[in-house]
Amino acid sequence: MEYFIQQLANGLTLGSIYGLVAIGYTMVYGIIGMINFAHGDIFMLGGFAALIAFLILTTFFAGIPVALALLLMLVIAMLMTGLWNWTIERIAYRPLRGSFRLAPLITAIGMSIVLSNFIQVTQGPRNKPIPPLVTDVYHIGNITISLKQILIVVITSILLFAFWYIVNKTPLGRAQRATEQDRKMAALLGVDVDRTISITFVMGAALAAVAGTMYLMYYGVAGFNDGFIPGVKAFTAAVLGGIGSLPGAVLGGLLIGLIESLWSAYFSIAYKDVATFAILAIVLIFKPTGILGRPEVEKV
Amino acid sequence: MATGTNTMIKDTILKVEHLSMKFGGLMAINDFSFEAKRGEITALIGPNGAGKTTVFNCITGFYKPTMGMLTLKRSNGKEFLLERLRDFEINKVAGVSRTFQNIRLFSGLTVLENLLVAQHNVLMKASGYTILGLLGLPAYKTAAKEAIEKATYWLEKADLIDRADDPAGDLSYGAQRRLEIARAMCTGPELLCLDEPAAGLNPKESLTLNALLRGIRDEGTSLLLIEHDMSVVMEISDHVVVLEYGQKISDGTPDHVKNDPKVIAAYLGVEDEEVEQIEEQLDHGTVEGGTV
Amino acid sequence: MANVSVNVQEDVMAKAVKEGAIAGIIAFLMFLVFVGIETYQDINNQLVWRTRWGLLAVFVIVAAVGRFITVGFIKPHLDKRKLAKAKTGVLEISEEKSFFHKHFLKIALVFLLCYPFLAMMIFGRQGSLKYVDNFGIQILIYVMLAWGLNIVVGLAGLLDLGYVAFYAVGAYSYALLSSYFGFSFWLLLPMAGILAALWGVILGFPVLRLRGDYLAIVTLAFGEIIRLVLINWTDVTRGTFGVSGIAKASFFGIWSFDVGAANNFNKAWGLPSSSVYYKMFLFYIILALCMLTAYVTIRLRRMPIGRAWEALREDEIACRSLGINTVTTKLTAFATGAMFGGFAGSFFAARQGFVSPESFVFLESAVILAIVVLGGMGSLTGIAIAAVVMVGGTELLREMEFLKHIFGPDFTPELYRMLLFGLAMVIVMLFKPRGFVGTREPTAFLKTRKAVSGSFTKEGHG
Repeated sequence: MEYFIQQLANGLTLGSIYGLVAIGYTMVYGIIGMINFAHGDIFMLGGFAALIAFLILTTFFAGIPVALALLLMLVIAMLMTGLWNWTIERIAYRPLRGSFRLAPLITAIGMSIVLSNFIQVTQGPRNKPIPPLVTDVYHIGNITISLKQILIVVITSILLFAFWYIVNKTPLGRAQRATEQDRKMAALLGVDVDRTISITFVMGAALAAVAGTMYLMYYGVAGFNDGFIPGVKAFTAAVLGGIGSLPGAVLGGLLIGLIESLWSAYFSIAYKDVATFAILAIVLIFKPTGILGRPEVEKV
Repeated sequence: MATGTNTMIKDTILKVEHLSMKFGGLMAINDFSFEAKRGEITALIGPNGAGKTTVFNCITGFYKPTMGMLTLKRSNGKEFLLERLRDFEINKVAGVSRTFQNIRLFSGLTVLENLLVAQHNVLMKASGYTILGLLGLPAYKTAAKEAIEKATYWLEKADLIDRADDPAGDLSYGAQRRLEIARAMCTGPELLCLDEPAAGLNPKESLTLNALLRGIRDEGTSLLLIEHDMSVVMEISDHVVVLEYGQKISDGTPDHVKNDPKVIAAYLGVEDEEVEQIEEQLDHGTVEGGTV
Repeated sequence: MANVSVNVQEDVMAKAVKEGAIAGIIAFLMFLVFVGIETYQDINNQLVWRTRWGLLAVFVIVAAVGRFITVGFIKPHLDKRKLAKAKTGVLEISEEKSFFHKHFLKIALVFLLCYPFLAMMIFGRQGSLKYVDNFGIQILIYVMLAWGLNIVVGLAGLLDLGYVAFYAVGAYSYALLSSYFGFSFWLLLPMAGILAALWGVILGFPVLRLRGDYLAIVTLAFGEIIRLVLINWTDVTRGTFGVSGIAKASFFGIWSFDVGAANNFNKAWGLPSSSVYYKMFLFYIILALCMLTAYVTIRLRRMPIGRAWEALREDEIACRSLGINTVTTKLTAFATGAMFGGFAGSFFAARQGFVSPESFVFLESAVILAIVVLGGMGSLTGIAIAAVVMVGGTELLREMEFLKHIFGPDFTPELYRMLLFGLAMVIVMLFKPRGFVGTREPTAFLKTRKAVSGSFTKEGHG
């Protein structure tokens, strides 16, 4: 039982990270109907920005409090990835809007290749380790929960709430939802569609940066290739939860985190990703639009 | 009408009995029954939201009805329960083809190709399910030739022969409508269901359409159509069924329906007392029924 | 009049300067962290950093100047050309095709047939190895894979992100069945295709009712599952070590290309001992396989099944209303595409003599898909051109040794291969969203065969 709870905690931590990245996929998909394949690499970019920020901070301000350092890392990573995703949208996706559906998918895949190779070229192919930032650990019976894990879950929850608030209660959120429903009509009613889409990309990237920073903090290492696997997992999470649905993305992320850690704990660690993908396939076979996705009505 | 007789009247092609369709809590169609006769044009009319397209989608297999029986009798005497067939079998096995309210053409294929796709099942068989055709056997070649002849025949009927090699998406609206009908006919149906064929057509195109539909009927295909344009309905239908709020309110010849006070009320939205008034006036012959 | 144009000119220049400056600022911010600062591990394996202001300046200047030139010169030029074209009313379609254009396919085929001999004549026996193998065979493998995937994506409109799985099935079928049972290439080639097709059906059946991007992610998932199983099922596949020592293909069982064999091809024909003859032989095998793929695709397009695929891409609901069984139609597309992937896979295994899961990562699927889309979905010629440009172009980069003289001896052009590949994907797509060949050849005609403009064709939902 304790072992189970321990795995549950691990799964929840991992799931939070996946959920944050998944929101970026789901929002972009919701608003312009494209799979932003580069999103996983934006997540990786966020991790790298945080890593570099960490190095600089510890050089110049040796005795900086951990909380402040973490906060600054988060802010820098969010700003960097926000700017990158904004630019990428402008250059590679916007000119293709309203064109052939597969064209932006291909530019997104191209961008994904560009981003990971750009980091490989500029920062080197080797994985970059950083010393552990947060080391506190709490014991409850035989269960070990680290402060890192608590931080991740707490930050995720706060962000989710803020995010939920923006989407549901602010004029910006209303513009986003309107654009999602009907882009042309929203434009006719005075919504600046281009700007709304840009902001969506920036928001998605900021969340991915947070996830990237926490991934760095959790595993203590960043590599140019780190975007792919978490990216695919987060995308899987978004689809599992029902792509286009925000709660679905979080639910999907948590589910995948749990499946992964429980499968590794009880069955085989080698096949944990196989289990994740297999469950995705099985869920989609029975619920073709994901768990919380709106059923697609074929209008005849 | 639906008195529960087991024997189908000889010349009935489609018999709809106690059809009900529920969407969530909404009863879109409620205990709806009617018959369509072979060799006739049957029109299904009713105000917006009456459930006409839902009935159509049940007949053509896009919805599974909540309740009811849809019996189709082919000319060789075989009967099919449409609600039990898989979507594509309604066309393939039961010989029912349809058109769509929002035209659904293969817009990137040429007009001719559209008509060849419609002959898929015949050509599949002739090509030995692709394998024999891949080897270039003559059986497929003759079948392919015949398919083009059949397509040419319908292209001439639909007055599209000059556009045969143009992409379907390049046609004008009216021509697309005619192409969709021609395509449906290329499947060799016994019952052709048309969902608002005259919608968006100008009066001239409407007249051409009427001629095309009559031609199809006279060649032996029965028609079932949903239509808003009363001039088309009254002009060409042999039999009209009126639907309102998912229920049948009238059924009969165009003249009968035209003068049915319930129909008039449904279309003009009058109070019950007024219906009685109109009924009275009708008896005295002061109101022309043409207002419908 | 002249005044106005001068004003416009000045406006354009002012705008260009402004845009260039903005681009510079954005580039500065974007690259500040990733280019301006380099992280590396010192002798104690500790992560440290140093600045690279010079390189950052280069990035910023390139961005600013590039934007300035685009806004100030390239865009006005393009606009002018467009305007001129609109004025004369000449449409691109009505241009008379040149001789080369008309006979492009025949010329290309003749060239390909002579290619290995030409390479040998020009570069000598050992020198031609690179051109036959790295360029010829490599490109043709991608041509074949892309033509196979084209059936699924380009014709049937089903987005498959896990195509490399069938390539892997083909490769491992040959690798394992030949190592364990000693079957020959010529027996296993068709078998690998059949096995891959079978896998196509097995994987396809449960997921084909999914639509669009749901189908995409599930195919991606299946691709990953197959790769992960190959990695982890070490008893059979030897995991990440891969299967090595895979038998070579023989000359239809008559001569062998193994050096020690009694019926060695080179000995039998009195040729000097060199691997180039085997490579040439392989070149013709893959060329023949490509031709087979093209032939089958062209034939299938003119048959009911091929037309049903394209109709499915255009409108699935209309297909059902015409009595087409959409499930079997999709499955046949999936299986046919998978089969060609399987052929290519078994060829790949025979050529490499070694297979490992490394060769079947998602990136491969993405590259193949990119070639299909960049070529113009459905167009065999366009796809072949895209394969030559994308694969050949990046292979060429390996050869750019002279760049070392410019950028110093540390410069490894290979490192930039994928970076440039990604950039090329983005740029080509931006300029040609419908690919190199955007038109569609009709499969039947009454009077004249007219190409269908890409603006009418759809790309499918599933």
